[in-house]
Amino acid sequence: MMPDLGKYAFAVLASYGVSLALIIALVAVSLRRARRVRAELEEIEQRVKRHA
Amino acid sequence: MSIWEYANPVKFIRTTDRILPWVSVAAVLCLVTGLVWGYFFTPDDYRQGATVKIIYLHVPSALMAINAWIMMLVASLIWIIRRHHVSALAARAAAPVGATFTIIALATGALWGQPMWGTWWAWDPRLTSFLILFLFYLGYMALWSAIENDDTAADLTSILCLVGSVFALLSRYAVLFWNQGLHQGASLSMDKEENVADVFWYPLLVCIAGFVLLFVALVFLRTQTEIRARRSRALLAREGRT
Repeated sequence: MMPDLGKYAFAVLASYGVSLALIIALVAVSLRRARRVRAELEEIEQRVKRHA
Repeated sequence: MSIWEYANPVKFIRTTDRILPWVSVAAVLCLVTGLVWGYFFTPDDYRQGATVKIIYLHVPSALMAINAWIMMLVASLIWIIRRHHVSALAARAAAPVGATFTIIALATGALWGQPMWGTWWAWDPRLTSFLILFLFYLGYMALWSAIENDDTAADLTSILCLVGSVFALLSRYAVLFWNQGLHQGASLSMDKEENVADVFWYPLLVCIAGFVLLFVALVFLRTQTEIRARRSRALLAREGRT
């Protein structure tokens, strides 16, 4: 099942490691900021409504 | 119904909210299927050995690094011509995604190049234009962050995007008109003789679909975030005035 990467193991594994880490980090940062900004906007809108 | 209806931020958020879960699931399915297929179930190349497995990350990320900039160019042109805020914010939202794909393409290219060419880096036309494209991504994001007024930032970054498009196109076509580079010609071609063998081509197609869907999902999500952040800034500014 596990492919024998031979002398190219570092190149292949490092490529997959770096790429997947970057993709996961990008998705995580995007989701976290989306949640934070949405919560901030809701809070501001409620405050504006109360004052109005 | 016209496409310009989606220039309305509320309509954009409502529509993308409905599509986003489906696109996200499809992206994960394609990426997992393509990468598992490519990594575990394809043979080594007769010349490049196991390094051929890097193709499933390098080619889709390089393709999307360029296409992300082209998408930003279209969105910037829409902003310049029609002044739709959603298009400027979509361009802003796409930049970090494109920049990440560019880093992946550069990193996997270096890791692939070392055992195949005997060097991590060469000042080859395609590699150099790709590095310049990455610097344009950094400059584009820095410019958005540096200017407080959203409209002015959108104007200036749109101009930067137009200039950077030269390097996005150069990255794609450099191998066609400069022959002295190390980088080989296109791996994907409609010509069966030039295209990679079918055993690598099918999982590669699935990976490309996965990267495209991931890009769409992230741009939808990040554009929604930019729209909300802009509304927050506007409300805060109004609050400050009263």
